[in-house]
Formats: sequence, structure tokens, C-alpha cells
Amino acid sequence: MIRSLPSSNRYRWGFTLFIALYFVFLFAPLVVTMVLAFNDSMYPSLPWQGFTLDWFFGKGPKKWGIFHDQTNLRSLFTSFRVAIAVMIVSTILGTCAAFLFEQESFRFKGVLYFLMIAPLVIPGVILGISILMFSNTIGLFIEDHLGLYVKFLGPGFPLVVLGQSSFLSTIVALVVSARLKKFDRTLEEAAYNLGANRAEVLWFITLKYLRPSIIGGAAMAFLMSFENFNTTIFLVGSQATLPINMYMQVRDGSTPVINAISFLLIIGTSIFAVANLSKGNKGYL
Amino acid sequence: MMKSKNHHSPGFLFFFLPVLLWLLLLIVLPHLELLRLSFTKAKGGAFTLDNYLAFFREPIYWLTFVRTAGYSIIVTFLVMVISLPVSFYISKMVKGRISAFLMILILVPFWVSELIRVYGWMILLRESGILNHFLVSLGLFKQPVELLYNDATMIMGLVYTSMLFMVVPVIGVMDDLDNSIIEAAYDLGASKIAIWRTIIIPHCTSGLVNGGIIVFMLVLGSYLTPNLMGGKNSLWFTEQIYNQIILYFNWNQGAAFGFLLLALSSLIIWVLLKLTGQRLKEVVK
Repeated sequence: MIRSLPSSNRYRWGFTLFIALYFVFLFAPLVVTMVLAFNDSMYPSLPWQGFTLDWFFGKGPKKWGIFHDQTNLRSLFTSFRVAIAVMIVSTILGTCAAFLFEQESFRFKGVLYFLMIAPLVIPGVILGISILMFSNTIGLFIEDHLGLYVKFLGPGFPLVVLGQSSFLSTIVALVVSARLKKFDRTLEEAAYNLGANRAEVLWFITLKYLRPSIIGGAAMAFLMSFENFNTTIFLVGSQATLPINMYMQVRDGSTPVINAISFLLIIGTSIFAVANLSKGNKGYL
Repeated sequence: MMKSKNHHSPGFLFFFLPVLLWLLLLIVLPHLELLRLSFTKAKGGAFTLDNYLAFFREPIYWLTFVRTAGYSIIVTFLVMVISLPVSFYISKMVKGRISAFLMILILVPFWVSELIRVYGWMILLRESGILNHFLVSLGLFKQPVELLYNDATMIMGLVYTSMLFMVVPVIGVMDDLDNSIIEAAYDLGASKIAIWRTIIIPHCTSGLVNGGIIVFMLVLGSYLTPNLMGGKNSLWFTEQIYNQIILYFNWNQGAAFGFLLLALSSLIIWVLLKLTGQRLKEVVK
């Protein structure tokens, strides 16, 4: 059973074998994707035709590597812009929410708190379509009554940012709240007694204490925004983000350039994740 | 300098207003708009029940709905069954160092986007895939067999993509289980099955429910995995929503479908919480 209890060899080996198979199951698709990024073939499949870096650096005419593939590079850039905007919006909203629900008391706090955690259990598709429909209705209303066409309210960059922030703010709020709960409020009172005002206390004492959790929450918002598909698909305009662009290529069949992108993303996110974990942040949610 | 409960601190509005705007503009009003559109005609905006009646009249719609719900429950159950031994191994059977290392290994694939993970399975399992290549060259298969695009593969893919949301909370509660209770049961002659049934599983209920809610919600609302791994006949309900909104441009029908999906996910989550006497607040922590 557990470490301190004796158990038969068969039981222990059986269990270890099961876990080994589980990890093979966990990593097989990732390893295969990464290895085939280096296969000198036009298709992401075996047989192995030799090692190549063409799917990274190829300049055509047959093989376009990721660093010369304009469509994919553009969508990568779009995703970066979206993720940075979402990170800023959701870090501000999430931190405000953490303060509001941890330190203030007001009427209907329970209702508001429920609304704040609701996005975690609302499917992303629903968030996407409801925000699309709502902003479209406002846009039509403004057009009918004021005769103005507001581009901002149609599918595109601003709507994608708002749509992703609607649930990523909740995640930042939960991460920051977890640390704010442990904050010793007598520190704030000491600062007040020494003549600091509310803004100074917030800036020099509380936010400084919260910094690791704010950075951790922001990092999570960035990464989850970068990978989001379900909400984004309904809000995206003519500029596709990377997951949407990749989805089209995966669905319709593509060269191993997709493997090269995946290779870079897997390596990038793994470094990111391990760095985040070693900072003591929980690596999930 | 303690403040009375009824007086808001000077920073109150500074925190309150952004959060209120966020929840109002991105959560509450969009969902009310979704509800309103689902009850109106596409042309003219008159009240109608047609969008919901169409759902019950067309077997393809409600069959997809029932199938999606049923498969989501099956996937959630499978994920629970696999997560228990994996969590037990990591939490109780290996030493601290290895356990921390395995934990990181488990978290890394989660950080990689769902699209890449699904793509990995596609290049492993398809007719020209890696697995077929090996099975044919080993002589086990005479010719390649399409392993993708069926329900079993789709379920495996859904189990794979949602697994981590169960393993992490279950390991969390498993860590809290006092080893001496298991030792005591062992000393008193309890069998392994009895220890699992009467000690370990009851202790893990809260973790299983927390994970179950998140997994169920993710599976029900997933689009990429069923779309890319499921066959032509294994339509997922989110695909129906996507078709209505993006392909047929029938937003009112799409709104009704969206609302039905939201109602289903809320209902099942509510039932799970009631059955186990938990509150949503504790689940999302």
C-alpha cells in the first residue's frame, strides 16, 4: 500500500508499470510532434527521411520554415499582442476583485462573488457567443440611434481581448486572493499610524507583499490567452490568432511546419511553467 | 484605527467600479442578451419559442445534445477512475523528491495548448500515422487502419486533455490523508480493496467533486477534440452552436443552443454539489 507498509513485489511492480504507461500516454503525442519537426519529409509522418532544420529555417520554394512563413508569423504576432493586452486588463481587474472581496464588506457581496467565479464554470463557447451578441446589439443600437458605426464593437482585436479577459480576470483574482488572505493587516495599520495615506499603504505595503502572486497570475493569464481557442473563435475578425490559424492548417492537413511551431511552443511553455512553479505558484487553474 | 462595517474604506469605489463594470458588461448583460435572442425571431425581433421547438423537433439536435451530455459524464467518470491510482502513487507511494518531480511532469503537458496535444494524437493515430507505421512494419497489421475519427478515440482524447484538472485536486486531498489511518486499517487486517473503499475514496470525495466539476464543464464545452478526433457521425453540441452562428448565421438558433448547453452544465454542476453537500466557493479554490 503506502511506503511504510510492506507489499508484495508483484503489487509494487504492477503499480509502477501502470504509472510508467500513464506517463508514456501523457508524453507520447508531445514527443512525436516534436521529433517529426526535424523529419526531412513533406508530411508530418514516418518513414524517417533524415534530419533537417528546414521546417524552422527553410526559405522555400518547396519547404517554408516557420521563420519565413508569413501567415504563421503574423498570427503569432497577433497572439502576442492579444496576450499582452489580456494580461494587462485581467491583472488590473483581477487584483481589484481580490481587494474588493478580501478586504471590503458591502451589500450583495455574496451575489457579486458568485458572479465573479461563474466564468470558471461557463463553457468558453458560451462566453464567446454571448459577448459577440451583446456587443453586436449595442453596435446596432448606436448605429440606429446615432448614425455611427463603431468598429470597436465588431469582431476583432478589442472584442477578443475583452472576451478572454472576462474569465482570465477571475483566475488572476483567485491567485491574488489566495495570497491576500495570508496578509497581516496590522502591517497596514502600523503604516497608517506612521502617517501614510491609503494610496501609500496600498503601493508600499500591500502591493509589494502581493507582487509574486500578481506576477504569477499575470503569467497564467498571458499563457491561457495565448492558447485560447473556444472563446476567441467567435470574436476574432480578419486577424487570426495562432491557435485559430493552426486549427485551420491541422484540420485541412499541413506540412511539418506545424510541428516546428509546436516544438517551439512546447519548449517555451515548459520553461515558462517550470519557472512559474519554482517561484512557488500553483501551476494550475 | 478599525473601521466600522458600514463605512466603506476610501479605496472602496476604486476597487468596486472596475469589478462591477467587468461583471456587468462582460458576464451579466451578455448572458441576458443571449437569453433574449434565443426567444426572438431572426427577422423583426418578435417573441417566439421556435428556436427551442426546433431543438425538440429535429432529432439531430437533441440527439447531439444527449450524446454530448452522456459522453461528458462517461469521460468524467473515466478520468476519476484513472486519477485515483495515479494520485495515490504520487502522493503516497514515492518519496518526496520523486513525488515533486512527477508532479512537475504531470503539469507540463497541461501548459501546452489543447490544439498541439490533439495534433500529436492525430499524427500518432491516423491512417498514415506513427502507430500504423510501426504496426505494419512489425507485421501485426497487413495494411494501415484508420484509428482516428471514431467515438472511442474521441473519448480517449477528451480523457487525455482534461485529466490534469482531476489529478491535481485529488493529489491535494490525498496529501491530507493521514498515513496512520491506512496503517491502522492494515494492522487490523483490512484488505486493499476494503482500504480503498472505506478510507481512501471517501476521503478523496471533495477532490473528486472539485475535479469532476471542472472536467465535466471542460469536456461539455470542448470543441477542438471532438471536432478533430471524432468522426463525421460524432458531432458535439458545441459544433452545432458553431454551425448555427458561423456557417448558417442564424444567431437566434445559436443563442437557444447556447442557452441549453449553459442550462445543462449548470444543472449537472448543481446536482454534483448538492449530492456531496459542497459549495461552489470551495470548489474553485
